[in-house]
Amino acid sequence: MVIDERKMRSLAARMAQAEVRGRSPWADARRRFFRNKAAMAGLMILVLVALFAIFGGQAAVWSNEELDFSVMGQVATMGAPSWSNGHYFGTDDLGRDLFARTVQGTQISLLVGIVGAGIAVIVGTLYGAVAGYVGGRTDQAMMRLVDILMSIPYMFVLILLLVMFGRSMSMLFLGIGLISWLDMARIVRGQTLSLKNREFIEAARATGVPTWRIITRHVVPNLLGVVAVYATLLVPLMILTESFISFLGLGVQEPLTSWGALISEGAGTMNYGTLWQLAFPLFFFVITLFGFFFVGDGLRDALDPKDR
Amino acid sequence: MFAYILRRLAIAVPTLLLLIVLSFLLMHLAPGGPFTQERALPPQVLANLNAKYGLDDPLWRQIWNYVWGIVVHFDFGPSFVYPDRTVNQLIADGFPVTLTYGSLAFLAAVAVGITLGTLAAIRQNTWLDYLAVGISIGAQVLPNFVMAPLLVLVLTLWLGWLPGGGWSFSDPSFWIMPVIALSTSYMASIARITRSSMLEVLGSNHIRTARAKGMPEHRVILRHALRPAMLPVVSYLGPVFVSMITGSVVIDIYFSTGGIGKAFVDSALNRDYAVMMGVTILVGALTILFNLVVDILYAWIDPKIRY
Repeated sequence: MVIDERKMRSLAARMAQAEVRGRSPWADARRRFFRNKAAMAGLMILVLVALFAIFGGQAAVWSNEELDFSVMGQVATMGAPSWSNGHYFGTDDLGRDLFARTVQGTQISLLVGIVGAGIAVIVGTLYGAVAGYVGGRTDQAMMRLVDILMSIPYMFVLILLLVMFGRSMSMLFLGIGLISWLDMARIVRGQTLSLKNREFIEAARATGVPTWRIITRHVVPNLLGVVAVYATLLVPLMILTESFISFLGLGVQEPLTSWGALISEGAGTMNYGTLWQLAFPLFFFVITLFGFFFVGDGLRDALDPKDR
Repeated sequence: MFAYILRRLAIAVPTLLLLIVLSFLLMHLAPGGPFTQERALPPQVLANLNAKYGLDDPLWRQIWNYVWGIVVHFDFGPSFVYPDRTVNQLIADGFPVTLTYGSLAFLAAVAVGITLGTLAAIRQNTWLDYLAVGISIGAQVLPNFVMAPLLVLVLTLWLGWLPGGGWSFSDPSFWIMPVIALSTSYMASIARITRSSMLEVLGSNHIRTARAKGMPEHRVILRHALRPAMLPVVSYLGPVFVSMITGSVVIDIYFSTGGIGKAFVDSALNRDYAVMMGVTILVGALTILFNLVVDILYAWIDPKIRY
């Protein structure tokens, strides 16, 4: 039997190459994520919604503030969605173009969700990492504070804040940011506790790296997986909170709008037969939440595969 | 166990006091007083009003009186907008309604969620499982403010089966839509949590032992699997209960049920701080109390936890 030397050499080269390249846990996770059909569908939905929010304004014939006087007063018959007069999604009760309004609402709802989750990520990660890493009395005190803040009925406090200090976007961000980081802090602290006795942290400590740098350079990067998963699941929760507040008319104020405000408007006028005013905002709201939940679940499964 | 309950109470009481003081300070910080109107009141009138409501006392005395009134007399003080009504009266009007549909919705979410989740887990990868998972994924994106209009649209406007709003303690047809609207999304979450924790428990050793000794399947599930599988569900019950009370804000506005949420939103729009604070503190107290109950329940279910 003749051994084909050329083939053997190529095989050896490939084996060596495979060994050198290896597979990082991140590459593994990416592969698993891309194979997850629900997560990919969710990602696709989110990309489409984001494109709609960014470029939808260019496609609109009407601006979000213009009143269409030709349909005003007969919205139920004339204001229905149609291609011919440029109101792709119909008009709202005042004759404003619902397509432009939905684009605007999508922008604001996504912004609130992402900013709220962003605040949670930054504050919650640092807070939890410090509490978990420092430990002892500091940890006790910091986590007790989180416990106390958690038992406050935050939706009521948020409304209280908005009413007392004026209903503005910045107050809304502040109010949502105040409460959103609590869960994140708890999760991150738990993870940090399990990280802090590992060898590489010990090595850093032994070589004299200051505590703050250990936290920012060694602890936090190792938390990214958990934080990413939780942040993806937090965005829809923030959107839900904002929509809840806006549904009550206490959140985003005219001329700005958001999904919650649009759903509230649509729900208020649906017995006049103008169902599209409820249907379009609700559709975007629902598919976006689906998208975030699917992507979040997919990320979690990809980073934490129990069934390998 | 007793010591544990005492220790939890020792945290709960200061938390509640802190909540009362914080919301009072918040009110104090807010720009404009409760009597700020478009046309400024004459200074004598304003001084008299402030004196009547004790707002000219030093701050520490105001806080002390407020806390004392709530803790000792359970008195939240007078409403700033309706001179003839106290906060206690406004709360007493709305609270029974909220408690009725809130607790019904809570029970519905827990009962349906656990049943659905358990069925899905013991029939994993059958049509029943897919149906249950499908329902719970779908219901997750249907919060109360989305469910409320959809229910009215279908059950009132299209089918005409149920009244579109209002409240009566004697007629359950007024209860159905608030309960469904409040419970749907939480039912979904409970079902998902139950399913995944049930699957984990069913794969554990003590279940294999129970099956190996020939125990009938329904007894395996009910006696051995359900209790450990309930742990993650129980720790989720606190947030669910709070959301039932919070959701009453939407329910009361949308269905005109006249619960505590209506008092809250009305006072928010009227800037009636006394009522807002009263409701916030009451809900906070309920939250703290319920979290305490959940923690005790958790300790009771999980024999591994020793305090």
